[in-house]
Amino acid sequence: MTLILIFLSAAIINNFVLSYFLGICPFIGVSNKISSAFSMGIAVTFVMTITAIVSWLVNNYLLIPYHLDFLQTVSFILVIASLVQFVEMVIKKVSQPLYRALGIYLPLITTNCAIMGLALFIAMKNYDFLESIFYGLGAGIGFTIAIVLMAGIREELDLADVPKAMRGVPITLITAGLLALAFMGFAGMITI
Amino acid sequence: MAKSNTFTYEYLKGLWDQNPVMKQVLGMCPTLAVTVSVVNGIGMALATTFVLVFSSLIISLIRKIIPNQVRIASYIVIIATFVTIADYVLRASYPDLSKALGPFIPLIVVNCIILGRAEAFASKNSPFRSLLDALGMGTGFFIALVVLSGIREILASKTILGIQILPDSFAPILVMILPAGAFITLGLLFGIANFYSISLEQRKREKIIKKYVDNNQEKVKE
Repeated sequence: MTLILIFLSAAIINNFVLSYFLGICPFIGVSNKISSAFSMGIAVTFVMTITAIVSWLVNNYLLIPYHLDFLQTVSFILVIASLVQFVEMVIKKVSQPLYRALGIYLPLITTNCAIMGLALFIAMKNYDFLESIFYGLGAGIGFTIAIVLMAGIREELDLADVPKAMRGVPITLITAGLLALAFMGFAGMITI
Repeated sequence: MAKSNTFTYEYLKGLWDQNPVMKQVLGMCPTLAVTVSVVNGIGMALATTFVLVFSSLIISLIRKIIPNQVRIASYIVIIATFVTIADYVLRASYPDLSKALGPFIPLIVVNCIILGRAEAFASKNSPFRSLLDALGMGTGFFIALVVLSGIREILASKTILGIQILPDSFAPILVMILPAGAFITLGLLFGIANFYSISLEQRKREKIIKKYVDNNQEKVKE
């Protein structure tokens, strides 16, 4: 039951994009079209789940037993960077269509703060192994929900008559603000 | 091309021309997340500037030694080292601020401003130029954060830096403290900045047209 709650809370209530402001760069940069937004979301979910597993293992079997907490930032970012590279190579070897769909988004994920944030949150909240996996999965799905919703709105926005100065990033940010307001409706639904 | 720029320009360009937040749309996550109050904004900006300046300096100093293939990885390690220093210094000397900023201090590591400047500037320019560039970008980031956090703090709690500015009769706009307020305020700020740039350009264009028309009229008279 706790696992489902952690999953839901990461996906909807404490949505990484709309309430923690993590992963804003891809959220604004890659939300032009629903199809590319969806690919980005899937790529992020994939990397997030693996990051949750690996960073948990690194933190609990390497950093904490040997009192190397101060290396947390350095080791997490290295884990993420090498993980992304590794995932890219594996996907390239295993499935060409998948690589073509996700390929260009993978390098961008390294500097996506949502991934790093996930690793840090898992370390801060002292989740156990299973909880971490569900947290990572939920956060990824929450990111996908947010970016796909945003892309859907932006596709409609292209047809709207927006003042010249507000076109592009400004109107996207305001739309994101309205989305965040809507997501606030979920606040307090589950408290962990 | 870079050589022709004066040293003053290397510093000043970060303030407005290439302001990291307003013009390059980099480092949005910390910009939105920590600007609940001016103190947080200043703390974040100073920590980021510290990391930016020192990592730019070091990267620029060893730019000829780093092999091209592993440069991004080396940059990240250098940046992460300085972030760790900033994190531990803050935790020791300003525990309240460190607690308020929470995970966003270690997250400076993935702030695109720092990696962006390392890749776009420090890896190609001399240490002194990189230092100026980093300082300028840091100042630009500082300005953006202070403006945004100032607006949010004054509207949400009637104060700036904890000093009450607006009268008691002013009803606080609570949404400003929430994520939605951050997005909307920043969106409007961007809009205003764009509006200013557009009207500036238009004025310049009108001036050129007017000059051209005047010249032609003079020629006609002659």
